[in-house]
Amino acid sequence: MKLWDIKTGECLKTWEFPTAVKRVAWSDDDNLALCITEQRSGYQGAIRVYEISHEGDCKNQPDEPITEFSPIGSKATVAAFAPLGHEIITGHESGKVALFDAKTGEEIESNERAHSGAVTDLQLSPDGTYFVTSSKDKTARIHDTKNLAVIKTFTTETPLNSACITPLKPYVIVGGGQDARSVTTTSTRSGKFETRFWHRVFEEEVGRVRGHFGPINTIAVHPEGKCFASGGEDGYVRVHWFDDSYFRSRPYGDLEPAD
Amino acid sequence: MPVAVQENQPSSSKVNGRTEEEEDLEIDYSEIEEKYAVSPLDGFDNVLVVDNVPVIDEGKKKKLYERLRSTIAKAGAPLSGTPDAEGNYSDMVMPWDNEKGESKGYMFLTYPSAELATHALRCLDQVLFGKNRLYVNRFGEIERYASMNIEEGSTPKNWPADSQAVDKEHLRSWLADPQGRDQFVTFRDTTVEINWCGRNATAERAVEPNPKWAELFVSWSPLGTYFTTLHRPGVALWQGKSFSEPHRFTHPGVRLVDFSPCENYLVTFAPEPIVASPQDPDSPPDPRKFAPEDEGNHIAVWEVKTGLLLRTFPGEAPSPPPPAGVDPKDLPPPRKLAWPLLRWSPDDKYVARCLMGSQISVYEAPTMGLLDKKSIKIDGVLDFDWCPDAELSASGKENLLAFWTPEVENQPARVSLMAIPSRTTPRQKNLYNVADVKLHWQDQGTYLCCKVDRLNRSKKVNSSNLELFRVKEKNYPIEAVELKEVCTQFAWEPKGSRFAMVTTNEPNAILPPGQLPKNNVEFFHVDAKKGIFRLMRRLENKTTNSLSWSPKGRFIVLATIGLSIKHDLEFWDLDFTTDDKVNKNETDPGANMQLLATGEHYGMSEIAWDPSGRYVTSTASSFRNSPEPGYTIWDFKGQDLSRNQLDKFKQFLWRPRPATLLGKDEQKKIRKNLREYSKRFDEEDAAEESNVSAELIAHRRRLIDEWNAWRAKRIKELAAERQKAGLEAIPAVAQDEERETVEEWIEETIDETEEVVMS
Repeated sequence: MKLWDIKTGECLKTWEFPTAVKRVAWSDDDNLALCITEQRSGYQGAIRVYEISHEGDCKNQPDEPITEFSPIGSKATVAAFAPLGHEIITGHESGKVALFDAKTGEEIESNERAHSGAVTDLQLSPDGTYFVTSSKDKTARIHDTKNLAVIKTFTTETPLNSACITPLKPYVIVGGGQDARSVTTTSTRSGKFETRFWHRVFEEEVGRVRGHFGPINTIAVHPEGKCFASGGEDGYVRVHWFDDSYFRSRPYGDLEPAD
Repeated sequence: MPVAVQENQPSSSKVNGRTEEEEDLEIDYSEIEEKYAVSPLDGFDNVLVVDNVPVIDEGKKKKLYERLRSTIAKAGAPLSGTPDAEGNYSDMVMPWDNEKGESKGYMFLTYPSAELATHALRCLDQVLFGKNRLYVNRFGEIERYASMNIEEGSTPKNWPADSQAVDKEHLRSWLADPQGRDQFVTFRDTTVEINWCGRNATAERAVEPNPKWAELFVSWSPLGTYFTTLHRPGVALWQGKSFSEPHRFTHPGVRLVDFSPCENYLVTFAPEPIVASPQDPDSPPDPRKFAPEDEGNHIAVWEVKTGLLLRTFPGEAPSPPPPAGVDPKDLPPPRKLAWPLLRWSPDDKYVARCLMGSQISVYEAPTMGLLDKKSIKIDGVLDFDWCPDAELSASGKENLLAFWTPEVENQPARVSLMAIPSRTTPRQKNLYNVADVKLHWQDQGTYLCCKVDRLNRSKKVNSSNLELFRVKEKNYPIEAVELKEVCTQFAWEPKGSRFAMVTTNEPNAILPPGQLPKNNVEFFHVDAKKGIFRLMRRLENKTTNSLSWSPKGRFIVLATIGLSIKHDLEFWDLDFTTDDKVNKNETDPGANMQLLATGEHYGMSEIAWDPSGRYVTSTASSFRNSPEPGYTIWDFKGQDLSRNQLDKFKQFLWRPRPATLLGKDEQKKIRKNLREYSKRFDEEDAAEESNVSAELIAHRRRLIDEWNAWRAKRIKELAAERQKAGLEAIPAVAQDEERETVEEWIEETIDETEEVVMS
């Protein structure tokens, strides 16, 4: 895991692990960072939480994590800090979604049947009270951060690799596609490598953006909701700025949620 | 008689209202009578009465005795007596009606002891003797039942009060839908749903899905009455409006299921041989379970309404060993009969099975006995099919079946019609150079088409011809249509006299990937003047390999299924006119054929019409490894109404409908007044449309309200938590005011020229 200075592009600190890092995340006050390491022969998949110092030139960072734990059962694939940074939300290979105490590593809450396939992404809403997960089971779901209850489900026809929540407009953006190795060469059809916009309250698809010619691996939306970026297996990162019509359009008339 | 005694018992009320003298005269004997009453069971408890024995005359008496005794012995309660000189038994007495010279239809059995009689009662009751079901009772009980004091509406003593007769749900309630909608079932992953197909193919749930339905696969009975689900232990039939209370048929490992056309019987098949169900030796054999004599068989025939097992049959006979000196690999692959192996006559009276190469066995339902106790020996018979006309036997005619035999030595191949049960062959046709014959009956049994694949001199199939039998005309006239190509698909227009077929020049060509087959689609009709079948229209260079007629005729969908690069559908109307009248073009019969629309459904594996002919579905099933499972509903004009791409989608089945109960005149009348009806339906449609949108808006409003309420609660909680943790309120997401606008002016000098103007 590496810590970078955005302004200068300087690497401030590198932490070395015996196995690959699968995921990193910041807490909302920027004081904590976590990373998930892969489960490999001899090493358990672990979640480590570091306290990040903002002193001086920030190069003096602690080497040891304040918390380190390995979830029992299916390995964690994705994680994020819950608001206030006291808890960590994790998504697992089995489709499980769980809530861990960031200090003790104790499992507080879990939903074993959140998905029926591996959880591939987990992104929080702007205030962190709910989050969206995407899964290989071809669905994306919105969960309540408090009790992990599934609030909304978005069912597509392709395995999903990423999902995110748009500020300003009541949508979620999901993306994915067939695995590169199982893409049939005979089919001339595209259409599975599109980013899709779903209305997050009505669970209806409202639009698609084409462009990638390989599975979409990750999607991120601008914190202000002005644009989004998608990264694909085809090697491209596509940054799309929303047109004025995106903000003006009201596909459901007056029926819009408060936020 | 004890019964009489009971009637004479003076009632106490009577006693109270009389003088003492009278009382003296009428001494109460009841106590004494009760004490010495002879129970009707006493002394006769080893005697059983058997009812529903066939009524016979003197000549058949001996035979009946023998058969009955063997049936009784088989059932597990043999009688030990021996016949006397006249063939009568002491332990088996059959009362005789001397006037008529017939038996009275019942008999008495005497067993050595009461225990044996009790055992025999359990074994023998409800046993089938030929067509007759035997009803067995104790001798004493007959008296008791006869004198039972039952009045209209009264229930016997000790009858549980809550066992009121419960009205069963109507089996055909779905037909009474005020909007005349059809139902369909979808099977996806582990959910089976039954839906109404509403206007514009909107699905509306007809019944709460039952998680038990989804196991192997599901199907409908041919008239739509029963919803059939297959499970590892057997088959379950669900019925009525709520599809509750299944009928179960226990056949472990069942893989295939088939109903008789009138839904009276059910045939199940399992690839594993039947193993007898364990049974309690003391209780009578359960007629719903497999008995030891069923072991090793594969096919079971059941009566749907009672759930009784009628008979089991062995599976497909193993193919005969190859002749000596011939490598089995050189032989053509053995022909296999297509499921169903047991084929029912349209009236459910007979079921027939073909033993390839030697015979057709016809069994009579429901006894499942071999018709006339022998199979029909036909050397070389390869396939057969019943004439599907159910009115044939209703109008007093016999059932017909068609079968064919291949060429052997000096005998030509032959297609024959045979009447059942008389076994007469009213018509035969000899054929030469035959590679294969396929029998296609028109759905009303008016025509039979034998599609004959012909061998050329080099023993290759390169052409077909059609032998068309007119079954409803005198002497069964046959007409031959010679084709220059091989016909690969053939389909009669339902209730019509037209047919469509797919022909090709290269039937066995293995196409390299990416290359499309070259098929032609031909339509034939009966020439109005000459009364013979004539080509109506030929469509060349098509990829079509599937023909689906509308169940009402006239419309047909031509589809390309199973190719990796083409998945098109063509919707054709054979009688297209712009005005209401059908004006037949005499010179060009194909002129009225019109392509209505074309469509595409990637990876589709099946095409199905709904029973009313309004909708068509194309299904891509994960059973057939379709890359994009799901289903699409089209209207008959080829407009796609609803496309559903669903992961792990397995089955889409329309619920069939029974034949209409309206006569021809009534149907004509409706057709005449169609405008009147359509006015009403248009109004209903409009009303529904506004209704639906109002409902949808209300639903969305509700979703929004729920969402907002949940969000408000969580935001409040979060704010409280932050406060507790000593943090400020959530900073509002930075908005435009914080944004810095950097304006950069870039001036670029593109070119500078100086001109000195000389004046």
